Amino acid sequence: MTDILKDGPDGLTNPIETDYEIGRDNIQARVGPFGLDIHNPVFLISGLTIVAFVLATLAWHDEVEPLFNHLRVWLTSTLDWFFLSAANVFVLFCLVLVVSPLGKVRLGGTNAKPDYSYSGWFAMLFAAGMGIGLMFFGVAEPISHFSSSLGGTAVEGGVRTDWAPLGAAAGDAEAAARLGMAATIFHWGLHPWAIYAVVALALALFSYNKGLPLTIRSIFYPIFGERVWGWTGHIIDTLAVFATLFGLATSLGFGAEQANAGLDFLFGWSVTDTSKILLIVGITAIALISVLAGLDAGVKRLSEINMVLALALLLFVVFAGPTLELLGGFVSGLGAYAENLIPLSNPVGREDANFSQGWTAFYWAWWISWSPFVGMFIARVSRGRTVREFIICVLLIPTVVCVFWMTVFGGTAIDQIVNDGYQAVADADLELKLFAMLEHLPLTAVSSIIGIVLVIVFFVTSSDSGSLVIDTITAGGKVDAPVPQRVFWCTFEGLVAIALLLGGGLGALQAMAVSTGFPFTVVLLLACYATYKGLASEPR
Amino acid sequence: MYKHIMVPVDLAHADRLDRALTTAADLAKHYGIPLTYVGVTATTPGAVAHNPEEFQAKLDRFAQAQGLKHGLRPDMVAYTSHDPAVDLDQTLMKAIDETQADLVVMASHVPGLADHLFASNAGHLAMHAKISVFVVR
Repeated sequence: MTDILKDGPDGLTNPIETDYEIGRDNIQARVGPFGLDIHNPVFLISGLTIVAFVLATLAWHDEVEPLFNHLRVWLTSTLDWFFLSAANVFVLFCLVLVVSPLGKVRLGGTNAKPDYSYSGWFAMLFAAGMGIGLMFFGVAEPISHFSSSLGGTAVEGGVRTDWAPLGAAAGDAEAAARLGMAATIFHWGLHPWAIYAVVALALALFSYNKGLPLTIRSIFYPIFGERVWGWTGHIIDTLAVFATLFGLATSLGFGAEQANAGLDFLFGWSVTDTSKILLIVGITAIALISVLAGLDAGVKRLSEINMVLALALLLFVVFAGPTLELLGGFVSGLGAYAENLIPLSNPVGREDANFSQGWTAFYWAWWISWSPFVGMFIARVSRGRTVREFIICVLLIPTVVCVFWMTVFGGTAIDQIVNDGYQAVADADLELKLFAMLEHLPLTAVSSIIGIVLVIVFFVTSSDSGSLVIDTITAGGKVDAPVPQRVFWCTFEGLVAIALLLGGGLGALQAMAVSTGFPFTVVLLLACYATYKGLASEPR
Repeated sequence: MYKHIMVPVDLAHADRLDRALTTAADLAKHYGIPLTYVGVTATTPGAVAHNPEEFQAKLDRFAQAQGLKHGLRPDMVAYTSHDPAVDLDQTLMKAIDETQADLVVMASHVPGLADHLFASNAGHLAMHAKISVFVVR
């Protein structure tokens, strides 16, 4: 790194001097009538290995599924301390940056102007980052932790067999609700957003300020130097494509099953392979229209629609549900989170192994496996923000929104169980809990339709932003590669989802995608160090 | 006849633009009117430049070199776009408005099957711009 400061209309940055030219390893090929501009070899290797994995899984899914599930369980139960400690490091790293003088560094140069308004920016990072999970787990997870806490602890042969967080709250409904809410917020609050923020900040810094291509390998430049342009980097980028595509395709497959179950519950649509495939095709088609319309006219607009719908549903539940209790619940939810944050994030000597490994470590691996995708997308839309602004908007505000969302949806459902004795919401399948909860409120027809539309649009916003990200990585960081390439990735993702849905193996490959969380945890820890070094050399 | 020529240039493929650039320069000299080169870049680092400033500097050098070559004093404007693969057409339409050009001279490839699905940028301008568009193949 040199200390030459480039002075221009966007102000000062401290770029990295490297001889690497972006696009140097790209090949401009023609496939039929379409021109392509793809990175050699990342595009081909990731495309072919994905096909190979899908075929192998289709052929031997009964053998492969236990293997990958075993790998995932082994990772999250043996290395739980590692996942938990790493996530704590990410939160602390971000919080330190907010208050440190490094927070003044601006992404893109001292005078750079933000690319997007707060609302557009926030809508996009939220839709890519969590979206769909909030729909399914907003009701399901608080109920689950509430019930297991209420059930108390159970010990067999000196080992806890219950799934309750911490010391549970046997028989005390109020304490169980508090603990359940704290545990849920913990999984959707500071830690996941810190994971995304670390990746996004590193990528934004190394591309906007340091001039390296917008692809995962660039984060490693301070560590591996020029070697990142060789096989070291090819492997990192391929792994990122892999995690993103399998993460997206498998959740699209499961999502189609869930959306189908929802439609069956609401309108009596039968649950068949045909209707699931129609849903995948529909979601992929809307995502295609969105990527063809581009970042501003497609992805951003859809994310904004999404946010308005989500806000409408949230406000509806606030007013239709136990309003005053929910508002109080937000404050007590935050309180419960603050009170239990340290014991819940403690990485060693935990007695609640089922919870800390089966829930927390699993979640952390999951968020981390999504982080290359979400981080890269957030980086793409965050130019012109200061580091402080960036972390407040990517870490703190989403956390508050998630707390509010969880306390409203989970709080309403718990209230229905405790005060109304409405058991249907507790007994419903995971994917139907939201609709069971809405059924107990007025105007079910309208709210359920908004619910199902949101589920579908959230899938579309993940799918379109994911296709953009994969396209950028496989084009060596170029964002202006020919449009047919993003059409290819978007379609490919839908096809992989359909193949796995029909042939079996969604669970296997999802377990494998989550397993990539382990190597990426190491990546993220290194990224913290690289980001600190990179920020320290920037003008403030 | 015309008052101002705008020439969209793709700096990544400047070597393929020779015919269009010469055509534009000849027209500018013939009518004695100003000529503006327009370039569009993403804000992320790309093949041409690492940031928008560097892109602008390169476009400026390009314009000066063209000026020397053709004995003109051309102008240049660099635009940034969030998603140039898709937004290029709209950005060029905006550039026509802002430069107040009344003639666009631009290079394009020979149309093929793919143009039925994804129209070329020159094709888009010829179809949607209100001013004359000279497509050089």
